Amino acid sequence: MSDLCLAPNAALLAALSKFLPRDALVRDGDQAEIMTSAEHLPRVVDSAVRHGYALAGIVLEWENVRWHCRYVFYCLSRSGFVHVLLRGEAGDQLPSISPITFAADWPEREIEDLFEIPFEGHPLLGDFVLHNEDWPEGVAPMRPAYGPAKPKPPRAERVWRPQRFVDAPGAFSMSVGPVYSGIAESAQFRLESEGEQILHATPRLFYKYRGLEKIAEGRDVANALLLAERLNGTSAVAHSLAFAQAAEAIAHLAPPPRALILRLVFAELERLRSHICTIEDLVEATGLQVPTAMLAALVEDLLRLSGRIAGHRYLFGLVRLGGVATDIGEAEVSDIVNTTRQAAQRLERIVNQLAYDNGFLDRVEQVGVLQVQSALHHSVVGPAGRASGLGRDLRSIQPYGAYRERKLPVALAQEGDAYARLRVLAEEASGSQRLIEEALGALPAGPVRMAWQPQAGAALGWSEAPLGAAFHWLRLASTGQVLRWHAMPPSFANWPVLALAVEGAAFQDFPIILASFGLSVAESDR
Amino acid sequence: MWTTKGLARGLLTTPYPRSRPADPGAMPPLPRVTPVTEAGTAVTEVCPTGALTLDGGGVAVDLGRCIACQRCRLDAATMAWTSKQHVVRQVSASGLPGKAFRHSLHVRVVDAGDGGETLRELRQLTSPYYAIHRLGIFFTPTPRDADVLLVVGPVTQGMRQALLDTYQAMPQPKWVMAVGSGAISGVPFGPSFTSAAGAGDVLPLDVVVPGNPPPPLAILDGLLTLLGRLPAREPLP
Repeated sequence: MSDLCLAPNAALLAALSKFLPRDALVRDGDQAEIMTSAEHLPRVVDSAVRHGYALAGIVLEWENVRWHCRYVFYCLSRSGFVHVLLRGEAGDQLPSISPITFAADWPEREIEDLFEIPFEGHPLLGDFVLHNEDWPEGVAPMRPAYGPAKPKPPRAERVWRPQRFVDAPGAFSMSVGPVYSGIAESAQFRLESEGEQILHATPRLFYKYRGLEKIAEGRDVANALLLAERLNGTSAVAHSLAFAQAAEAIAHLAPPPRALILRLVFAELERLRSHICTIEDLVEATGLQVPTAMLAALVEDLLRLSGRIAGHRYLFGLVRLGGVATDIGEAEVSDIVNTTRQAAQRLERIVNQLAYDNGFLDRVEQVGVLQVQSALHHSVVGPAGRASGLGRDLRSIQPYGAYRERKLPVALAQEGDAYARLRVLAEEASGSQRLIEEALGALPAGPVRMAWQPQAGAALGWSEAPLGAAFHWLRLASTGQVLRWHAMPPSFANWPVLALAVEGAAFQDFPIILASFGLSVAESDR
Repeated sequence: MWTTKGLARGLLTTPYPRSRPADPGAMPPLPRVTPVTEAGTAVTEVCPTGALTLDGGGVAVDLGRCIACQRCRLDAATMAWTSKQHVVRQVSASGLPGKAFRHSLHVRVVDAGDGGETLRELRQLTSPYYAIHRLGIFFTPTPRDADVLLVVGPVTQGMRQALLDTYQAMPQPKWVMAVGSGAISGVPFGPSFTSAAGAGDVLPLDVVVPGNPPPPLAILDGLLTLLGRLPAREPLP
């Protein structure tokens, strides 16, 4: 980029100022805010996408009868966020921007379902989070008038009539889930076919909608942090980190250096374990039992390490507002270094061995291909995006905490198939181990936590979770109560592309493709 | 090729139930009842879920509400924690599986709103460290073959009917296990506009295993308690 000397977001803001009124720029800097109108919105979004920005998510905040809608964009080439704001009141419509960027598709459907705000021009609204057979029509749980303790609405009488996309002679549709084989998260997959090949796949999620954002409202921010942690229990550190960073940005609190390094260590330990889990799931889907067992043993080694050093196998309760909950000593440092080094070496040996297993390669190569173009349009994040050539890693493009002083190589592959995703995961896992070792080698002395003082305000926090970019928008009252929390997890961004990757695949490849994306249902359902 | 690689890793399986792994990471601690003189009364305010209550001369712990946030250990630092045993509480006093099931028990797991961590712990039970099959316990994909319905998560509005349908599809006799704080009390998600207060709201429970998530060994304890191979501990009040 030639404009490296310019302020963050300068190029995009200059382009927008050509057609937006002078007072549209509400805030400058690396979290720029632009006020716009429904009329200008499509053009603003188009400019953002053309200038190399991707949509992180859409946050809707409701005050009395008015609301404002916040489209959060992050720059893909350098540090900087642009928030596009739009105001409206009950009864208003929003223009749909999903024809411009597909990444807006699911966020728009979610807002329509939970707030009952229609999006003009969106082709598929309704029956998304709130399933028609479980929730009566007209329920808008995210509106302030709907209390979090309200009794559950009765089951609606209507029977769900699934939409079918394939219209061909002999075409049929097969539903899998929400309770299906093995120990799996609850979700439904509707596979449409003419016989051998899957022509269209529709994931139907939100069976596990726990309303986390709603029940967090009114709670103290320190307790809401516990909910962020449990969004996806296997990415607890990443989500609680993004949430805590948002709260710390509101309070202008900078955690001590030792805490930042420890956060990095815990986050990378979690990434190492999560990546091995995803590889294990993929190998299991191909039916190779011995490497599955060997990988499961590695996962257990890392879970036990977490239990020893932090008192929790999934590192719950470690990230706190203003730092981390507990310090580690010399013995723990060498325990972490030795155990992770051994796990990474063993993982490398297993992955190398898999590369010589023709039976395995036949099942993963050129299977579940996600093209670069589709990944780009859907703004795919995490290892799935990096396996399709999108080098998006928040640790290097929007660095936070201790990642600011580090230059990370981004693991990349171009093929976009299940094997490319496996290679990216394996490369990142060993990268995480190197990061842990390097960070613990230069662990600064000092406190690990600062006192937390609540302050009113709103801010965005982000982190690179094992599955991809996680963004958390948080608004607090001066007492420290949560007024609005919106989580934009990586799985929510990536689920829609599963349908593209399985298109044309044979039925028996479906579990392999699904496992290769490593998607979390809980995180997406929220 | 893989067989030799697997053998080279050696034997990892725990001799459980004869003895337990010495590694403290296999079963991290949970709070236990502590005298008020040691714990102080302020500790109950540290707990975000109300699991700690003053009970006579001690601070009582409702493990069904404990989400292992560790605040009473790390912040207040006055509660006693123990990793010796995760209490498995038996709810129904009678009617547990008899001898016929001792070496062949089939379990259907239903995720009714878990964050994914309890399911991962259940998956670990089939790893070489625990090898649950050697105890004659099997996870089955079909409820028609299942003897035990193992529920995780607080039972969300969307999963309520699916859970009931699964239970209906199971043959008699059948038992229900609630695993993890979500399935026991709904905490920290329910009860709310979309979650029940645990599986007990929807189905009769036979055994509960506290923890967030309970480690694999605690889940094994629960299953062996159900089978009568471990002595039952205190039932819930």
